[in-house]
Amino acid sequence: MLDIKHVTKVFFPGTVNEKVALEDINLHVEDGDVVSVIGSNGSGKSTLFNMIAGTFPVTSGSIVLDGKDITKAPEYRRSFEIGRIFQDPTKGTSANMSIQDNMMLSLKKGMRGIRTSLTQENRQLFRKLIEPVGLQDRLEDNVGLLSGGQRQALTLIMACMSHPKLLLLDEHTAALDPGNARIVMDLTEKYIEQEKFTAIMITHNMQFAIEFGNKLIMMDEGRIILEVSGEEKKNLTVPDLIKRFRAIRNKDFASDEELLTEAD
Amino acid sequence: MIEGIFVEGLIFSVMALGILISYRILDLADLTCDGSVATGAAVAAICITNGWGIPSAMILAFLAGVLCGLCTAAIHNHLHIPGLLAGILTMTMLYSVNLRILGNKANVPLVRVDTLYDQFPVFFSFLSSSLASLAGTLLFVLVVKIIFDLFFRTDLGVAIGALGGNEQVVVSLGMNPSLLKYIALGLSNGLIALSGALLAQYQGFADANLGQGMVVQGLAAIMLGEFLFNSNRISLITLRVILGSIIYKGLMFLGRRYGYLVGITPNDFKLLTGLLVIISLIVASTRIKAAEEKARKKAVERVMGGKTNA
Repeated sequence: MLDIKHVTKVFFPGTVNEKVALEDINLHVEDGDVVSVIGSNGSGKSTLFNMIAGTFPVTSGSIVLDGKDITKAPEYRRSFEIGRIFQDPTKGTSANMSIQDNMMLSLKKGMRGIRTSLTQENRQLFRKLIEPVGLQDRLEDNVGLLSGGQRQALTLIMACMSHPKLLLLDEHTAALDPGNARIVMDLTEKYIEQEKFTAIMITHNMQFAIEFGNKLIMMDEGRIILEVSGEEKKNLTVPDLIKRFRAIRNKDFASDEELLTEAD
Repeated sequence: MIEGIFVEGLIFSVMALGILISYRILDLADLTCDGSVATGAAVAAICITNGWGIPSAMILAFLAGVLCGLCTAAIHNHLHIPGLLAGILTMTMLYSVNLRILGNKANVPLVRVDTLYDQFPVFFSFLSSSLASLAGTLLFVLVVKIIFDLFFRTDLGVAIGALGGNEQVVVSLGMNPSLLKYIALGLSNGLIALSGALLAQYQGFADANLGQGMVVQGLAAIMLGEFLFNSNRISLITLRVILGSIIYKGLMFLGRRYGYLVGITPNDFKLLTGLLVIISLIVASTRIKAAEEKARKKAVERVMGGKTNA
């Protein structure tokens, strides 16, 4: 389904600010896989998403989605197959337009023509889709009037409406209060189950990461340092995860020290 | 006399509608307008003096304006420079282009040729000449307004509005933002050039300097209109722009007619227009502050009232 091979990303190459954000990332995601991604700030999680979504070009390596090489495709082309939800609830919807206009645009991907999709039939469909979050009577309200949680739920519904092949969830509940985070998360799980989406989710919550999906990867300093799936993941606990993280990091430190002593 | 103000205001409103697309809907400060309005006038004047007929003159003027907008969009999209600078570049280049179109003359008179404003009195023969001009212009502007309103209710029009609000949304929905900018700036400058074509025919000449300060005047008209009423419905927003344009031209008329009483000459109009925009902005922001103050007082009342009840 998604094949990431030897992807590296270097920011500001050739300047004093040169930074290797991703180093030799290899990831294979099967159809129907639900992957959670954890890692500290600056470990490259969001950069990895930006590479998959096409926000910035990769420095080297290739990304293949559903048998199609999308390494060089522009972001708007990739979004035909990829639905992405950002941490910032304001990013996924247009604030100065009504809910129904926003939803009308997300009915299908691609360039629009000179006809209107805002039919009575579609309005009924929109009403039904946003009923779970209690917005069914506010179709004509501007999105700017909604709360962060409502906007994020709407973004999720809009992303799922066009049936993308891959769903990228970039800490999409992190900016919400626990109650709203729960609502959006439940909705996410419901959609993934219903539509059999393949999804990748970044989270800072290890418990979440363990409960969610069938695969877990941990990133650190631009690399994938841990990949757990299947039975092994089911039996994982948070202390386990921390222990394994420490073990990997300590080994790195140890080898760094060895290098230093050898150099001396 | 009064008909003249309305005709001028209506012609002007077509340009203001073009500016509405770039400034308000797309949220991109586009200065191409100062050049493209003169381009429209020049193309129409040359077509008419060459005897190509009024319809083709109007269509070609519109298309010339679209080209101006595409040029700005291309500079903005592919060189990744701000829309403001892209517009200034196009506008500056257009000055020379407009002189070329006019055959290296600063202005081309439209006397002894049939223009739209010679046609209107024939068509509306039951009206006086000035009323016929007004009726014809009104009809033209109404058609433009209706097409404008319908367009911005289609999926494509809504997408352009979404782009102005949040570019990431448009990208996420699989639309090429560059292509949408081409379309929006093309239409915007097409309308502006159309307004120039009308203006040249109405005043009886096309002038290379016609466009100077037009953006600011258009903004003044849009802002004046925004004082009239609040709405987020496109049909009311365009109505507001048309009314604002007429009010602006009315104010300018008063300035010309009675300005001498306070020592104002037409030379001062650019300054006054700029001040008008600044005053509009100040009034708009004080209005917001006043509304907030009112809300604060109400909230205090509510809270204090609650206390006394308790």
